Amino acid sequence: MDLSTALVCLIIGLPLAGFFINGVLGLISSSYRENKPLIGTIANVAVFAPFLIALYLFFNHSADASAVVVTLFTWIDVGTLTVDIAYRIDQLSLLMVLVVTGVGAFIHLYSIGYMGHDPGYWKFFAYLNLFIFAMLNLVMGNNLLLLFLGWEGVGLCSYLLIGFWYKDMAKSDAAKKAFIYNRVGDFAFLIGMFMVFQTVGSLDFDVILGNLEAFSSEYLFWIGLLFFIGATGKSAQIPLFVWLPDAMAGPTSVSALIHAATMVTSGIYLITRLSEMYVLSPEVMLIVSVIGGLTAIVAATIALTQNDIKRVLAYSTVSQLGYMFLALGAGGFTAAMFHVVTHAFFKACLFLGSGSVIHTMEHVGEKLKKEGKEVDFDPQDIRFMGGLRKSMPSTYKTFLIATIAIAGIPPLAGFFSKDEILMHAFSAGLGEYAGSLYMILWGVGIATAFLTAFYMFRLTFSTFHGKFKLPEKVKEASGAESHLHESPVSMTLPLWVLAVASVIGGFMGIPNFVVETFTGQTANINLLHPWLDTIAADYPIVMGKAVEWLLMGLAVAIAAGAVWIAWKMYGEGRVEESDAVVTAKTGVFYKVWQEKYNFDEFYEALVVRPVVRFSDRVLAVFDMKVVDGFVNAVGGTVRLFGSLIRYVQSGVISSYALYLVIGVILVMAMMLS
Amino acid sequence: MENLLQIVIYFPLFAVIAVLLARKEEWIKWIALTATSITFFLSLPLIFNFDISQSHIPQYLTEGPSILSGFDVKYLIGLDGLSLLLFMLTTLFGPIVVLSSWTSIKKHLKGYYSMLLLLQTASLGVFASLDLVVFYVFFELSLIPMYFLIGIWGSTDRIQATVKFFIYTMVGSLIMLVALLYLGFYAGGIHPEFSFVSDWRYIAGPEVQIGLVEQTWMFLAFALAFCIKVPLFPFHTWLPYAHTEAPTAGSVVLAAIMLKVGTYGLLRFTMPVFPNAFMEFAPWLAVLAVIGIIYGALVAMVQKDVKRLVAYSSVSHLGFVVLGIFAFNTVAVQGAIIQMINHGLSTGALFLIVGMIYDRRHTRLIKDFGGIATVVPVFAVMFMIATLSSIGLPGLNGFIGEFLILNGTFFSELYDNAAFAVIGALGVILAAVYMLWMYQRVMFGPIKHEENKTLKDLNLREVGLLLPLVLFMVWIGIRSEDFTRYSEVWVEHYIEETKDKSVAVLQNTRGEDLPDWTARIYELDSEGLSDTEWVYKD
Repeated sequence: MDLSTALVCLIIGLPLAGFFINGVLGLISSSYRENKPLIGTIANVAVFAPFLIALYLFFNHSADASAVVVTLFTWIDVGTLTVDIAYRIDQLSLLMVLVVTGVGAFIHLYSIGYMGHDPGYWKFFAYLNLFIFAMLNLVMGNNLLLLFLGWEGVGLCSYLLIGFWYKDMAKSDAAKKAFIYNRVGDFAFLIGMFMVFQTVGSLDFDVILGNLEAFSSEYLFWIGLLFFIGATGKSAQIPLFVWLPDAMAGPTSVSALIHAATMVTSGIYLITRLSEMYVLSPEVMLIVSVIGGLTAIVAATIALTQNDIKRVLAYSTVSQLGYMFLALGAGGFTAAMFHVVTHAFFKACLFLGSGSVIHTMEHVGEKLKKEGKEVDFDPQDIRFMGGLRKSMPSTYKTFLIATIAIAGIPPLAGFFSKDEILMHAFSAGLGEYAGSLYMILWGVGIATAFLTAFYMFRLTFSTFHGKFKLPEKVKEASGAESHLHESPVSMTLPLWVLAVASVIGGFMGIPNFVVETFTGQTANINLLHPWLDTIAADYPIVMGKAVEWLLMGLAVAIAAGAVWIAWKMYGEGRVEESDAVVTAKTGVFYKVWQEKYNFDEFYEALVVRPVVRFSDRVLAVFDMKVVDGFVNAVGGTVRLFGSLIRYVQSGVISSYALYLVIGVILVMAMMLS
Repeated sequence: MENLLQIVIYFPLFAVIAVLLARKEEWIKWIALTATSITFFLSLPLIFNFDISQSHIPQYLTEGPSILSGFDVKYLIGLDGLSLLLFMLTTLFGPIVVLSSWTSIKKHLKGYYSMLLLLQTASLGVFASLDLVVFYVFFELSLIPMYFLIGIWGSTDRIQATVKFFIYTMVGSLIMLVALLYLGFYAGGIHPEFSFVSDWRYIAGPEVQIGLVEQTWMFLAFALAFCIKVPLFPFHTWLPYAHTEAPTAGSVVLAAIMLKVGTYGLLRFTMPVFPNAFMEFAPWLAVLAVIGIIYGALVAMVQKDVKRLVAYSSVSHLGFVVLGIFAFNTVAVQGAIIQMINHGLSTGALFLIVGMIYDRRHTRLIKDFGGIATVVPVFAVMFMIATLSSIGLPGLNGFIGEFLILNGTFFSELYDNAAFAVIGALGVILAAVYMLWMYQRVMFGPIKHEENKTLKDLNLREVGLLLPLVLFMVWIGIRSEDFTRYSEVWVEHYIEETKDKSVAVLQNTRGEDLPDWTARIYELDSEGLSDTEWVYKD
């Protein structure tokens, strides 16, 4: 076994081992379940160690090195179809592994404190480790089928973790919804794989990307579209995005890890992995961009109207993912991956921050109940918050940093990645194929950037600025502010780590032209482009430096303007009064946004209810009355004949003699005629 | 080795004598457990010594003398690549079903365990027999113990269910008997020595080329019998009754083993023996299979009784198997074979699990449960694994079968239509819908019924009988190659041979005076050759 095989086995195997140890021992031993330090340590080691190994691999892998494939054993070998359990170390998978294990590790650390009082502690960490294992299969799998194993595996973990508090039927509903919507996407993924296999007789990435000329343009279109439909399920895009906001029913660290930083970016990873195939079908590229842009703005407008801190972040995630797909379709694969990374930092930070806030709000509720006060409030509703910055300084500062980052204010991480996406959209807009459409999408991107900055600062200001509103709104909750407290270090440390990453994360992707303008020489300061050069089939950006500066300036101005407006309206934490102003200004649109464009109701009325009703009232009845009825009728007819013939078989010899005579006469008659 | 095969098949039968002689009631189940366990362990050398590279040739053969002079009817037992895994699945389930009955069966223990053991021998015989007449004898023999298991140890509507099950299957098998006799004489007409041949190796071999007219009728007769057994839509209505009313062990054997006789028969008898009919009717059977996949899933979705739900899910799952068989390429047929095993494991496990909860609450209605995951955590885990296996989660066994079947179906030359695979794949979505919905209503949410708060979790016996199944679910899921390799050569060999034989038959029919309808079914032109040109290209 050479070194890379051993290391890959460790990366993949440790989270799996963590899952088994905590899962099996926790299931069978109640004393083990109580041993929370041990459980937490095992689970954390199972992620931190792979992170360190991944760092080692990263520093030993140069940008122009070819992929290292580690084949463990044969998974499927049937006729012409051979699929190995084989892992791939290349620039793209290493980048994803670093994000998954890195962000994953700090979220594991955070969960020690966050889930500390939960009786299902062992189960939670077992699932979380299993998720890391599945996610690593997804990003390291050397063929589409192993990727798919990870793809459905993360879906399973998502299902288990959304429904973690399954006693609440609404939460288990959300879990089921997530799984089934993902399955719809997976259905398309499956068909896509069949088409690939039919064409090249293999599912290995090397074979697929090495034989692109074997695909007809019709197949390229369909395969691209089908994988993209798969991606709309996993990465929550229109039309399959509705499961993600509901997925916030899970514990907050799950929302941060799975539903913001890692799993939901799988679709972007998939398309980047197959970028050389995608660029051959401009129609699919356009569809990807249009869906991405549409999702970005639709989700952003919904986020504007939500009052649940996690739901705002959920819609924000959907919107940012839309941004990434917009980039993919505009040929900015590296830009999309860049945004995947920066988004993982600041959105994980935001989610963990919101978890910290919810943790405190729940704590306040419990304390008040202990004091014998009958209080009933939603600990996630920002209308009960406000003024938390005094009691929760670390949470506030990190949350604010992440908000600035997502809003696209330079020089934080989100600014650079978002700017590159917009640049790609604009550049595609100058291109020949569907230029005007891409230009519109660029406009949508700018509008979304404005909305993003606005709703994110609305959220931050309402939560942390102004006065604590719980005592005002709920009479019994007087004195609640004394129970507010900052979260423990195990929770604030990951917040700070992610906040720092949100500040400096963007520097890996500083556009070269920025430095070139100042130095007057060709610069090579951007780290990401050379790193992904061999994998991401980026469209070149065709613009002068002046235009690039102009666009950048515009983006900054838009974001800054949005922040300023948000500050004016929500800076004092007056969320409801200012929302009323927004409602008045936007009128009927606000209602549409608030009702989330009625996607859920639409699916419910158009698909779910008709199918269930049809199955229940038509098919099940048909099965019993018609299909089985026919069988019974045949049986009944036979029995009827039998009962008639029974009279003939009377057992009386004389009647038999009579039949004999009749028979002879009949035969005679036939012979004579 | 050939003696070992004989011992494995008849050991349970001899154990029946011990059961009948047992003087104390407690001894009975121990005798049954010992006998089935020994059977299982004795069967292991059969798989270890199996020659994979020759899996198309029956191994461990025992060949008796012909029973009648001039008739080549003889006791012929052996295993080949098609039957080996199903045979092993049957021996594996032996001790499991005995253990599952340990405390739940309280009346007529002697009769009950004798029937289980008899059923074991009959099922093993079905898969090992290579003479059509012997096959038929075992096929019918397996009905009798099942008839009594449902009729005596079943629940309330057991008589109605058992009559329906028995008569329905009987109708199919009688029609098959007629076709079988005809086939025997037809083969006898070709054979130089005998006037009646029922040796499968000869009939499935290249010499026995059956004319199109005869092929059609015999194919339809055999296919009907097997499709009832599978059961394929629309011949499935006996299944929900039989499954619901049967005792747990009966449901498990029915689902895991007896339903497989149908799909097994389709592969063993209809494919190599009636090649032209097989190919021409393939799209039609595929239509029924696809309808079954969707229809079974939709009807399963709205069931109120967990056992009925699982029964309908079988209709859906076995639709996949039939779809794979008639897709007629290595990938799909191999998928169908492994899916037979998978369905046995996952549906067998589901019925065991439903049985366990039934033993505790004496109800199978979904609405009588809810929220019990907290009360019975180990049960919840086992149930979840079986559910995930059933809905085809990658990494578990069900996915392998479904993926191979649908993938093979997608490029099947016989179907020549992507719609089969696409519609079939919709069944994968629906499977998640009905299984997870059921799981949620049974396990999640608040506890609604007081009785459920004190449910006991699984005991060691119950965990122990489920664990082997879980082990195989995972093993097949991540190393399917360890299992599919047993049938690889068989499938490749018989697909090739079936193709060759169909060409030969068509060439022989040149200029023959065939009735009009054959010309339509087989698309013959005036020269008697078909347009199934793909057969000629390699």
